[in-house]
Amino acid sequence: MLERRRIERTRGGDIRLRLPRDERALLRSLPGQLRRLLVEAPDDPSLERLFPPAYDDAGDEAEYRRLMGDELLEGRRRALRVVEETLDQDRLTKEQAESWLTALNDLRLVLGTRLDVTQDMLLERLRPDDPNAFEISLYAYLSWLQEQLVDALAYDFGT
Amino acid sequence: MSTTLAPAEVEVEQPRDADEVEHDRPWIVIVWNDPINLMSYVTLVFQKLFGYDLAKATKLMLQVHNEGKAVVSSGTREKAEYDVARLHAHGLWATMRQD
Repeated sequence: MLERRRIERTRGGDIRLRLPRDERALLRSLPGQLRRLLVEAPDDPSLERLFPPAYDDAGDEAEYRRLMGDELLEGRRRALRVVEETLDQDRLTKEQAESWLTALNDLRLVLGTRLDVTQDMLLERLRPDDPNAFEISLYAYLSWLQEQLVDALAYDFGT
Repeated sequence: MSTTLAPAEVEVEQPRDADEVEHDRPWIVIVWNDPINLMSYVTLVFQKLFGYDLAKATKLMLQVHNEGKAVVSSGTREKAEYDVARLHAHGLWATMRQD
């Protein structure tokens, strides 16, 4: 298979991006979609994995939301912004790469929730006539990219 | 990015006699298994947030994966809430409760 890694760590510790133009175009379209969802439909069920509850108790949970909600939301929007701003670069700093990691994971959480992904069932579901075939493929592609990004960043967090 | 999350400000009542034991019990942070987060990613997040080495982070990740959940940190309510918020910022399914 002509699979070539898209994301690698350089000797200098930066992260090298080797994304074909069509993949960059695809990735460019995603942050805006998630941002719109966050703004226009914050109660959409596909977002629930982005904001899981911290507490069982409803009162404690409401207080947690009040204290942390804005910051958690802003962190997600910041990560999406970094991806958009750095998409045409060939290299990312470690900090930029960590934002990519957050953004890719958030996109997968939303897609995976929408597709009702369960463990290891992805390929089993990928049939040509599946109406969700594109989203399933996109989910698999983002997972593939994220694995490479984790590989490239793992070095920084020790062994 | 999300590592700048400040500890949450939570009012803590002063321990009083009968309540004292209650307040002394530590809070635990639990990460639950989910089918979306990659195993490698979960391991990386445990290393990054808690400074665990690869062996310990991997062991915790496998416990989440195989047993459905794992306690990943514990301490005061403030610390637990801070850790939960950082885990949420990284997209992990984390909750907290008093032990």
